[in-house]
Amino acid sequence: MPLIELKDVIKTYHTDGVDTPALSGVSFSVKSGEFVAVMGASGSGKSTLLHILGFLDRHTGGEYLFDGKTIDDYSEKDLARARNEKMGFVFQSFNLLPRLTVFDNVKLPLLYSSVKESRWDGMVTKAVKSVGLEHRTNYESSRLSGGEKQRVAIARALINDPQVIFADEPTGNLDSKSGQTIMEILQKMNEGDGRTIILITHETYTAEHATRIIRLHDGKIESDIAVDHRLKAKDHFKK
Amino acid sequence: MIIKHSLKTAFKGITTHKSRSALTILGIVVGVTAIILVMSLGEGAQNLILNQVQSIGAKTIAVVPGRQPKGPTDIIATFADSLKDRDLDLLQRKENVPHLEKIMPVVFGGETASREGETYRPNILGVTGLASKIYDIYPEEGRMFTDDEIRGNADVVVIGSRVKEELFGIDYALNQKIKIKDKNFKIIGLLPKKGQFSFLNFDEVALMPYTTAQRYIFGIKYFHRLVVEADTEENVPITVEDIKKTLRESHNITDPSKDDFFVETQAEALETVSTITNTLTMFLASVAAISLVVGGIGIMNIMLVSVTERTREIGLRKAIGATGRNILSQFLIEAIVLTASGGIIGITLGAGLAFLISMVLTRLVGLDWTFTFPVSAAILGLGVSTAVGLVFGLYPARQASLKDPIEALRYE
Repeated sequence: MPLIELKDVIKTYHTDGVDTPALSGVSFSVKSGEFVAVMGASGSGKSTLLHILGFLDRHTGGEYLFDGKTIDDYSEKDLARARNEKMGFVFQSFNLLPRLTVFDNVKLPLLYSSVKESRWDGMVTKAVKSVGLEHRTNYESSRLSGGEKQRVAIARALINDPQVIFADEPTGNLDSKSGQTIMEILQKMNEGDGRTIILITHETYTAEHATRIIRLHDGKIESDIAVDHRLKAKDHFKK
Repeated sequence: MIIKHSLKTAFKGITTHKSRSALTILGIVVGVTAIILVMSLGEGAQNLILNQVQSIGAKTIAVVPGRQPKGPTDIIATFADSLKDRDLDLLQRKENVPHLEKIMPVVFGGETASREGETYRPNILGVTGLASKIYDIYPEEGRMFTDDEIRGNADVVVIGSRVKEELFGIDYALNQKIKIKDKNFKIIGLLPKKGQFSFLNFDEVALMPYTTAQRYIFGIKYFHRLVVEADTEENVPITVEDIKKTLRESHNITDPSKDDFFVETQAEALETVSTITNTLTMFLASVAAISLVVGGIGIMNIMLVSVTERTREIGLRKAIGATGRNILSQFLIEAIVLTASGGIIGITLGAGLAFLISMVLTRLVGLDWTFTFPVSAAILGLGVSTAVGLVFGLYPARQASLKDPIEALRYE
């Protein structure tokens, strides 16, 4: 059973009586453990697709099955719970809370989870360590570099041990060296931990770190191919 | 856990935007300060008056001529001359008012007193020796007048400290003469400095036998008041009834609504004073409460700004699993933390000011003022400021909770 299955998914925005199609019949499925890059020009519908996949928005037609269950059955509260427990998000602009420390930022999803408070500290420490930022644990996040911020965001996405990570242009705001580090962490999460990753990007170079590339054009899938020569991010990270 | 985190975030937000937070809660601080101040001073004033009224004694009954005023336009002057010597005699008879222990007629008015070119206008109080006990005022030098002096319309006077100062300066006053209404009076007693007591300032009085005052000063044959003391507190109501019955018979009154006198007891006086001060206090406090509403609007305004500023944060929190309810409670808690801190500051400030004022009143004005920390007002102040946070924080918090996570995340 695939983790994610889209069947002819349609998304149309209604604004001021005008219908604007964003996705017009998208079908594909993602198995657990895949690293899928979604590519496309701006306006191709890749962000809309990510929002629907990540339970941040609802589709207007077709069917979306997550873990074998149709999303239509989820209430708003169920969606929030699923986002908290089964998914992790990494954004282009990091979206950390600047006044909180690295520790508190990573802890944030636990506040909305059912995980016992006694386990929180251990979980946060482990997640911070997995992105190599244990020496920054008590720094205010506003004092970190861009690359470090994105690593905190990844630690935050990992904290609840999600089934899938959605990364929306995670290297878009970073220099190439920091971008490399991020891609390396994502690859490690995918290969080492077998975690499913959906990556949105417009750079072919970044997309080639994935195992499969889906190209969108005007709300439709243009191509869906496996990557022959997968790029390995340089190992800046290993000590 | 979320509450703990929300509190932490709220406090962090307040300390980060120090001046903004301070200005935001200023309205609440001012409002609560005013409420605490008014209620504390109101309670102090009430205690002061009640203590004085009470010290006159719970056994005391006042018979006042005229019809009891029913409203502000009802003038007491009607039948002002209704209490005469005959009534005094009748009331003193055991068969009429068995529980009457003592009775003292009172006449009063202002009159100029002079001595060697110095003049002063004291309040002339025509009483008996009983005045010492009833008003708790004993001469510090000399004595009060005797019953014989009362019977004989003696030209003797006991003067208050201010009267002595004005007429004699530092000169020796006891046994000296002063002139009141062209008649010489011998000073037989000097009252200690006492200040305002109940409705009279005893520093500015000249006490003399009521008979003397009636005949030589005011030229009247009636009393302005009869002060009666019952034998016990329990017998006050029955004594009141006996007095009424006796006076009605004496005045040929059959219909109680046509009484040309009225009887006041301490209990009634206490009640009247309490009602007046309570009403005043509540009125002033509710005026102060208006500023809390204004303060609340300030809170709402700044919370709306804060919600807009933190749109991305709201989006992120929703993306990582916060429900609308989580966001709502977070912003509500922040509003309440703001207003409740304003409330606490206001309570401290109000109590501090009330304490300072009570110090000034005691030390400088010489009033027997006691500072009271109004616990009920403090609880009320904290409760109301919290409620203001809840009410005025609700709208912004709801706006926050309704934000679409995608729109919120895209917000620049």
